[in-house]
Amino acid sequence: MDFGYPVLTLLIAFPLVAACGLFFIKAAPVVRYYTMVVSLIECLLAVPLFQYVPNAEFQFVEKIDWVHQWGLQYYLGVDGISILMVLLTIAVLPLCVMCSWTYIGKREKEFHFCLLFMTSSVLGVFCALDLVLFYVFWEAMLIPMYLLIAVWGGDDRRYASLKFFLYTLAGSTLLLAAIVAFRITGGTFSIPELMEQSFSFRFQFWAFLAMALAFAIKVPMFPFHTWLPAAHVQAPSAGSVILAAVLLKMGTYGFLRFCLPLTPAASDYFAPMMIAISLISIIYGGAIALGQSDIKKLIAYSSVGHMGFVTLGIFLFNLRGVEGALFQMLNHGIVTGALFMMIGCVYERSHSREIEDNMGMGKYMPAYMFFWGLMALASFGFPGTNGFVGEILVFVGAFQENTWIGFLCVPGALLAAAYMFRVSLKMAWGKPSTAAGWKDLNAREWIYLTIPAVFVLWIGLAPSPFFKIIDPSIDKLLNDFDKRKVAHLEAEQPVKTAANDIFSVFAVNK
Amino acid sequence: MNFITSLIVPEIYYLFLAIALMIQSCGDREWKPDVEKWLPFGALLGLFTTIAHYHAHGTMLYGTYEVDMMSQFFKIALSFGFFVIVINTSRQPTLADEKRADYYMLLTFSTFGLMLLSSCVELITIYLALELASYSMYAIIPLRAKSKGAAESGVKYILFGAVATALALYGLSYIMAAQHTTYIAELATKNWHFSDNPMAVVGLCLFLGGMFFKLALFPFHFWCPDVYQGASNETASFVATMPKMGAIVILVRMATFLKPGLEITTLLAVLGACSMTFGNLSALAQKDLKRLLGFSSVAHAGYIMVGLVSGTPEGLAAAAFYALAYLLMNLLVFWIVSRVAVDGRNLEFSDLNGLYKKAPVLAFSLAAGAFALVGLPPTMGFMGKFFLITSAWDHGYNWLVIILVLNSAIAIYYYLSLFRHAFTEEKGVAEHPAPDNSWFASAGAGLLAAAVLIAGILPAPLFNFAIAAGKSLYGIVSTGTH
Repeated sequence: MDFGYPVLTLLIAFPLVAACGLFFIKAAPVVRYYTMVVSLIECLLAVPLFQYVPNAEFQFVEKIDWVHQWGLQYYLGVDGISILMVLLTIAVLPLCVMCSWTYIGKREKEFHFCLLFMTSSVLGVFCALDLVLFYVFWEAMLIPMYLLIAVWGGDDRRYASLKFFLYTLAGSTLLLAAIVAFRITGGTFSIPELMEQSFSFRFQFWAFLAMALAFAIKVPMFPFHTWLPAAHVQAPSAGSVILAAVLLKMGTYGFLRFCLPLTPAASDYFAPMMIAISLISIIYGGAIALGQSDIKKLIAYSSVGHMGFVTLGIFLFNLRGVEGALFQMLNHGIVTGALFMMIGCVYERSHSREIEDNMGMGKYMPAYMFFWGLMALASFGFPGTNGFVGEILVFVGAFQENTWIGFLCVPGALLAAAYMFRVSLKMAWGKPSTAAGWKDLNAREWIYLTIPAVFVLWIGLAPSPFFKIIDPSIDKLLNDFDKRKVAHLEAEQPVKTAANDIFSVFAVNK
Repeated sequence: MNFITSLIVPEIYYLFLAIALMIQSCGDREWKPDVEKWLPFGALLGLFTTIAHYHAHGTMLYGTYEVDMMSQFFKIALSFGFFVIVINTSRQPTLADEKRADYYMLLTFSTFGLMLLSSCVELITIYLALELASYSMYAIIPLRAKSKGAAESGVKYILFGAVATALALYGLSYIMAAQHTTYIAELATKNWHFSDNPMAVVGLCLFLGGMFFKLALFPFHFWCPDVYQGASNETASFVATMPKMGAIVILVRMATFLKPGLEITTLLAVLGACSMTFGNLSALAQKDLKRLLGFSSVAHAGYIMVGLVSGTPEGLAAAAFYALAYLLMNLLVFWIVSRVAVDGRNLEFSDLNGLYKKAPVLAFSLAAGAFALVGLPPTMGFMGKFFLITSAWDHGYNWLVIILVLNSAIAIYYYLSLFRHAFTEEKGVAEHPAPDNSWFASAGAGLLAAAVLIAGILPAPLFNFAIAAGKSLYGIVSTGTH
């Protein structure tokens, strides 16, 4: 599709270029209006993406030589798996600007710069089709997120931001090693070209481990999740929203984009382990969330559980599972993003995130409680909301794969209902502490809560347009995966020897 | 003896510059114009002269002196480094007034020596050029007014340096005895297996020791943090960058006969691994910024080994590219250190607190420098590391690549501290003077930061130059574009 201009590059570059304009603005209100306008223009720039034709091909492709000697390319494109993530990222930006309108009391300019920079780099992650380009965007995202937590965060921000940075960067250095290994073995950094090749099991084994660690930390999967609650609790609302809505998706997107197509045999080999970890994440996340007294921490741990559903769906390797996983990625972005914005709303009123300090709002803030209720229902997958669509698909996929896996998911769903009901009941009908004097939602809050609410109901009631977009890509992904996996199983019987090869990577390999 | 003047115009230019400074330093103290007023222009002209001669090609002085792509690459880097350092030192607060001309003369002589070093392809010539570059350095390190530490670090540098060069000379004699030649090109055709030729391998180890001393590679790194700490900030910026470029160019040349699997190559790889690990772990514990940068440079010396042991033109090109990245990153960070410490004191982390408020451009540039040193994209440091890893993978030293990757993860912590103090800590130390926030300081830092970023985003032109240089060493004809 040719629009006469590079759509994706414009989407990626515009926020960054516009962010530089912030340095010429002095007054804080102007900074906010400027960023708002930038984010709305960014949404307009995304309109051509609706011309996406639902097939399995990469579209809006741009390809330019970057470093010829090393085969690096500036190579962008989107398919059914990434386009929804791109749209989600762009849609979240104006909401983030709105929810930090009065929340950020200092250094507004830098704050909005970080938001825009972040959006650019996350969009780059979802659009990149060159491994190194992907890595560049993947790492570039760390700096603004670090600053968002470290400068505008809560009291313990220093610890949380450092933990976030060290965890994610330590994981992604191994991703870099895997990327280089792909280049040496496959002869290219181009992801579509690498998807066409098949690698030896031994290679896949190591590449999968290196990549999976980076992605698992980002998701985050148990036991690499400990940075997440700390980061979420300390981050300002907009930081939490971005973190929950798009950043965690980068991990699961990595699994879908790299692990399954590039290392199918290893993915298959490690699937039982990944499924087990996902189930542990689901149940552990839910159980810990149930015990939280801090609303933000509760939602943070619930993210661990929800993302567990996503990774579970991915490693089931069946259509329903992967569809469910992709839907859950989108849903979690919308719902948890909205929940974090709502926690921001209430924090601005009570200056506390404890459930005890935010009780009994039902009478004084009915509109707020309406939205909260809707998001809570969506969060635990109530029929009619988007959460239901995603979760039921993962369930179906799990039962298709193995009845036990299906059964083991059930407590996760029940726990989600339990903790969401617990916190919602207390917030709505608990004994009012300070809620008596609070004003209900203002116009700005109405706007930024209505938008996700519309999507919750839209996806919940009429998900078929979304299926249409993602299905061809998922079909292709799974078909290729099955073909390659079978080919490997026939070609070699490598599984047992691979584990014995742990030290062979150190051997001289001329 | 063939002598082609047109090949060595840049060297001659620097020699004349040094002589001019020598005349000024011998002259009247009231001599006008002040050396700081004219030398930056002289250095800039030197940079242009070097760039204008980048395509020079030829051999002279009985084949001991070769002007090729590799030498021109490093000469341009050295001229650029000299130019930045001259500008940086023009406001040196801890240098006595009457010593200014002498100081610059020594800097220029050292640079002249290093430029000669880039072209030397014979061991004795290398030794001579190295000594010419070193003697001036021994003299400038203690030039920090009213500082006992400076004298101490000067003595340390001389003693360590003397031992290292003695070792190198001793090794040279072994090589000559065993291989009957001192020309690198001929040495490259000889047998370097320890079992066949133990004396030559031992000699080479000793000779390389002299280079490792300059590069501050483990275990020859002990002087490095102490000397950085003792020397003035501006002098440290010279010591930290320029001699290392000299050492790297020699190592790159000698690496053409280091094949993967040779004992000596493995030794280099092991030293590289130790260097990265010791450098990074020691840096974690540092509070003094210059000591931290000292240990970090030990780690970076180890990174460069990854390119050298790969045994491919790409590996040498990656090492050369990384050397350039290293030069730029360190010039940038030392520029900021010098501008923040306006009174010439040694900085600690707390001195950076609130820098984003006091000097936003310096703070932003420091961020670029710190992230480049970590190897985060989109900086030159990332591209450099990426090229090193890619060139070395699958050439027999995969374990070294893995150690590099793990070390990068360790290094994040202390480099991030630089960034953290500048951006997230609010309270500065009140009694210290405010950082230099003048347009001059900001412009210098901003330009260097921009260079680090642009070369990270668009590394192709520089890398093409480096790869042409790398291929020229292997005798592969290259046009520089492919």
